[in-house]
Amino acid sequence: MTENRDLVAGTPGLKINLPVPLAFCQGCQHGSSARAIWESLEDLELEDRLIWVGGVTCGTVSAFISDVDAIGPVPHGRAPDIASAMKRVLDKDTVIITYQGDGDAVAIGTESLVQAAARAERITVIMVNNANYGTTGGQMAPTTIIGQRTTTSPGGRGSNREGFPINAAELVAGLRGTAYSARGALTSPANYNKTKKYIKKALQKQIDDIGFSFVEILSACPPNWGMAPVECLKWIDNNLVNQYPLGEFKDVDTL
Amino acid sequence: MEDMVFIDGNEAIGWGALAADCDGFFGYPITPQNNITEWFAAEFPKRNKVFVQTSSETASINWLYGGASAGKRVITSTSSPGWSLMQETLSHIGNTEVPCVIVLVQRGGPGQGTTRHGQMDYSSATVGGGHGGYRNIVLAPYSAQEAHDLVQLAFHLADKYRNAVIVLSDGIVGTTMETVELKKLEFEPLPEKDWALKGKGKREDRTRRILTSAQGAVPSLRNPSYLALQKTLSEKHQQIIKEEVRFDTYNLEDSDLVLVAYGYSARVALEAMHQAREMGLKAGMIRPITVWPFPYDPVKLQAKQGKKILVVEDSLGQMLLDVELACGDRTEMELVSCLERHEPMEGGVIFPEVVLEKMKTMIQ
Repeated sequence: MTENRDLVAGTPGLKINLPVPLAFCQGCQHGSSARAIWESLEDLELEDRLIWVGGVTCGTVSAFISDVDAIGPVPHGRAPDIASAMKRVLDKDTVIITYQGDGDAVAIGTESLVQAAARAERITVIMVNNANYGTTGGQMAPTTIIGQRTTTSPGGRGSNREGFPINAAELVAGLRGTAYSARGALTSPANYNKTKKYIKKALQKQIDDIGFSFVEILSACPPNWGMAPVECLKWIDNNLVNQYPLGEFKDVDTL
Repeated sequence: MEDMVFIDGNEAIGWGALAADCDGFFGYPITPQNNITEWFAAEFPKRNKVFVQTSSETASINWLYGGASAGKRVITSTSSPGWSLMQETLSHIGNTEVPCVIVLVQRGGPGQGTTRHGQMDYSSATVGGGHGGYRNIVLAPYSAQEAHDLVQLAFHLADKYRNAVIVLSDGIVGTTMETVELKKLEFEPLPEKDWALKGKGKREDRTRRILTSAQGAVPSLRNPSYLALQKTLSEKHQQIIKEEVRFDTYNLEDSDLVLVAYGYSARVALEAMHQAREMGLKAGMIRPITVWPFPYDPVKLQAKQGKKILVVEDSLGQMLLDVELACGDRTEMELVSCLERHEPMEGGVIFPEVVLEKMKTMIQ
């Protein structure tokens, strides 16, 4: 199966195969998210001057199966602080990315994310949004949509009890230090290609020293959503995008 | 750079960091350490060094973690409530083993406490205020000069052991102006930081480096398993205990009573010791300079010789626990604590006279 897929799409050169296979859950899209980043880094030839900061998320392991300098999992929510410090103390041509979950970035890490964007830190934050706390078994996240059932909102998230979800890409776009903010999905080849384009544009804003850049990726979490992988993709296309529209929310060349 | 200047113990931290070729400072305002942050704001950017005012102490310590992981000499400073906020990441730093320096200018606690002086963070600094059993090296200056010198030693020890080093100051040491000789201290050479992150193409072997504070599916080179990490930390702790204990002694040879005090309380205790000597009382003193590792052996030796021990510290008794560990029940031991402050509000301090009175009751 893996071999057949390689025949069609190839394996990104930056992916390291560990002696023991690391597997995500079936239908999980952290793997596809990492692939979109690997391909973007290869296209822009950034691997020699890149540091990957892994936040607290199932996908943090991608930091360690990437053939680049990496650190993680860093303290919960604080990846933008760590990335910002690296960018400030190292050579200016160093490129720093963070890979974070939605709970990591906009619950415990809200201060870190918002402050980094406001200060126009020349870093790129990639936030993978699966609308729940995946690693800990499917609890409510700040991104859980109204009506969505989780283990800590068993009756479905209600706005009177749990309040409203946070639209991170729009929030960050509203800050003046942000040069680029976009949201993509991985539900089709077309969406995958668009998401990859967003990632490359975000990295380019950092390379061009313009400001903070941010990409949110909607991502399936089949076991915690209680759906088959294909159903998850449909649920993203038909439900999740109503709360989280796809597209670019900010794209400027001066702040 | 050999000048005599008249500065306080907070500014002395800045000059000491500069002498140690520090690359970056990240900090958040909190009393009574504000002029440390302001010193770096004034002095670092014009030298093309990094100064960032962060959005919280939680942010500060994570900036420190990032700068340290990039192999740079980085420092932050804070006071007691801010110190509490830093503990989670200090634990990560303990696991990742990246070197950095944290200045803790203690104020009165618990809670918001006071914005003045205190010595109530000894335990959280020396035992490790965060989770998981790491240790910080803790250096305790008792003067502006020593603050200037110890911050240089702190950078050296941090790099030598790949460990966080705390400079444990207090509101009185930090804000008291004294004459300080600005001087770059020399230390033994250290190896290159081959582990530091900077982008794999920027090192000769063009091979990636990984730093982590988790021992799970992906092994790091230094500590490939959880047990390997525990062994590394254990060996490192033992080496630090063996090689890095520092302390000063005064009049021990013919003493009947030995004072034990650090930081501003050591200044108080020293004055009390001199007054006692003038009265013919045979008082001596041990002043720990490293409070982790604590100088157990020299304190134990005094207790073994039957000398009485008097601990002076501006808390309800935190260093006292280390002194008790050293002495056991070998001798009589007493404490002059924050209960002996001269007035009830936050300006209260322990005066030498109350220490002297306690000494008299013990040895007259």
